[in-house]
Amino acid sequence: MAKLVVTEEETMLADAARGFLDEAAPVAHLRGLRDSGQTRDAALWREMASMGWTGVLIPEAAGGSAMGHAAAGVLAHEMGKTLVTSPFISSAVIAATALRQVADARANAALASIADGTATYALALDEGSKFNPAGTEMTARRDGNGWQLTGDKTFVVDGGHADRLLVLARTDDGLTLFDLDAGRAGITRDPRNMIDARDAARVRFDAVAATGDDVLGTVDDGMTVLRPALEAGQAALAAEMSGLAAGAFAMTTQYLKDRKQFGVPIGSFQALQHRAAHLWCELEVTASAILNAGRQLDSDPGDASLAVSLAKARATATAQLAVIEGVQMHGGIGMTDAFDMGFYMKRARVSAEWLGDYGYHASIVAAHRGF
Amino acid sequence: MPGGDIVQSHSELEQFRADLRAWLEANCPAEMRDGRRDETTICWGGKNWNFASPAQKAWLEACAGKGYTVPRWPVEYGGAGLTREEEKVFRAEMDRIGARSPLESFGIWMLGPALLHFGSNEQKLQYLPPIARGEIRWCQGYSEPGAGSDLASLQTRGEDMGDHWVVNGQKVWTSYADKADAIFALVRTDRDARKHLGISFLLIDMNTPGVSTRPIKLISGASPFCETFFDDVKVPKANIVGTENRGWDVAKYLLTHEREMISGGGGGLLGGRALGAVLADSGADVAGDVTLRAAAMTCEVDAMAIGLTLERYKDQAAAGTGAGDASAMLKYMGTELNKQRHELLMAAGGSDALEWDGPLGGRAADWLRTKANSIEGGTSEVMLSIVSRRVLGLPG
Repeated sequence: MAKLVVTEEETMLADAARGFLDEAAPVAHLRGLRDSGQTRDAALWREMASMGWTGVLIPEAAGGSAMGHAAAGVLAHEMGKTLVTSPFISSAVIAATALRQVADARANAALASIADGTATYALALDEGSKFNPAGTEMTARRDGNGWQLTGDKTFVVDGGHADRLLVLARTDDGLTLFDLDAGRAGITRDPRNMIDARDAARVRFDAVAATGDDVLGTVDDGMTVLRPALEAGQAALAAEMSGLAAGAFAMTTQYLKDRKQFGVPIGSFQALQHRAAHLWCELEVTASAILNAGRQLDSDPGDASLAVSLAKARATATAQLAVIEGVQMHGGIGMTDAFDMGFYMKRARVSAEWLGDYGYHASIVAAHRGF
Repeated sequence: MPGGDIVQSHSELEQFRADLRAWLEANCPAEMRDGRRDETTICWGGKNWNFASPAQKAWLEACAGKGYTVPRWPVEYGGAGLTREEEKVFRAEMDRIGARSPLESFGIWMLGPALLHFGSNEQKLQYLPPIARGEIRWCQGYSEPGAGSDLASLQTRGEDMGDHWVVNGQKVWTSYADKADAIFALVRTDRDARKHLGISFLLIDMNTPGVSTRPIKLISGASPFCETFFDDVKVPKANIVGTENRGWDVAKYLLTHEREMISGGGGGLLGGRALGAVLADSGADVAGDVTLRAAAMTCEVDAMAIGLTLERYKDQAAAGTGAGDASAMLKYMGTELNKQRHELLMAAGGSDALEWDGPLGGRAADWLRTKANSIEGGTSEVMLSIVSRRVLGLPG
């Protein structure tokens, strides 16, 4: 069993990330993008590439920094604290992990393009309002030596700007994962105006032609490649959500110390102290599940399902509690758009749904535990 | 627990595992491999202990011989001197064969860690090995009728008579005082000092003239707690742990261990089998009852995450990066969850769970017992106030 202790390297990575993000991407950065109708900052992504973040899970031979899943979690956690807008999880975690399962010449070239920041990816998976990979109905119909993909995908996070799309579709005897240029003929992207002001699109596929070169892994067996990628993404998202919760919590405890009513800081009232203390306890317990998922993915990725779902379930519950309590303890100011807490609340709601909600992951935990 | 463990290679740990497996195979009686960890199967030890079976006795003696009742304690004090990594292997191998704990006691959970930290070498050599071998059973004399959450206001007093103290007063909620051989007690030895500063931590033989106990019948029908009375009880000066009038330091240190134990570290409220499996075994329709299933899933998610948190803090302690006031958090989260867990077990049991000795055995008594979890060792509200003050730095 790997040690559940944050290493010195991880602490240094977190400190460095925090230092950079406080300058380059505080919450005001997200607010600025939203107010100007933007959902990406290409310069920020290039800087992340230059620091090795985009290659965090990519082998050094393909230009990556190969720091591993726990390190990816450290970065995601720091990004979550200030609600950083970037395709980090879609590209550097999900797509990179999928491509690593394949690791042929074409996949290695794709990995290199993620690592150097020239290509971003999005995962086109959901078709209904809930995450359900096994229920994928979009078809890839045999057409000569290739396929024609037809159907609609929704909640394609980072899909409005992504250069490439990972697409799961039903083939003759199972599910197949395709890696397509987002500009390919027949693909129509409809970026949606999301509550959290981030990039997510509905994507229509109308007889999109694909060949064997576009398939990641084996035909009819796309989940062998996608499952580890999803787990990596879920763990990183859980880490990001724990960062989100930590960010909301820090704002809230500071407010309890600063805000005065009845002539005293409101943090001197036991009713609020106990709400805040309970929230801290939840954060602390969730941190263990996050660290455990990263360690498990790094040491035994084939047996990480329980650890990952535990992390995503806990992070979802904790992030939602943190923002609900955050608004309540801030009082009226927490309801205003001028104040940042609303951004945290909306991102928590979106992240709760992405890659499987609480019930989805709690069910997986239960199945592992025999019920 | 000792910090600064040596780093062991994977092959060293695997050799340890192989040796341990062979030892367990040869020494753990079949009867002791049913994975049970409830009140009826615990071995508490002590001078008056009646072993439930020859197997229970053999298992305790085999483990005590290897130091496995207290695997992390140093060998000279009756332990096995295992590192944190070896201990993890030890727990995993014990769980793998469903081995019962050979011995549980307040000596192991509370007094032992306090003695290891504050005791003199003579005290360690005198008191720790009998705890490790299950020969002496200890109880805890902390709370008093007028000193519950405000523990430091305790009034049991010790009068300095030169080579001994004379102790008078009353303790309450002393678990198993009627079965214990000795008590570690907080006694006011300076009535003029501020309340935290006039307390000493004394070790008292329960057979000393003037010590008497009276069991308290609880809502569960059982009487695990007693009132304990001290009437001109002579306590030798050598029986103090730590410095005179600085017993509060020892008391607080011990409380952190007690809280970890209550939350799952020793007694294992959260240890053992998954909730859903326990429910299914007793006939509940976990798959079909959506309300029960949803609640059980949440309970299981939280139990696993709290269990990991306990492991994380132990790993941090072994790595020398202390956990601060984490025990308050663990105690609060663990006990509140355990109460929920037993509410679910009762709901799942339906009317079968309502008979004291019905088809589900002592489920109702266990459920009622858990209500004390968030009171004993510091209430949930006291835990939250500790977190608020010491971790969050909130005023007041």
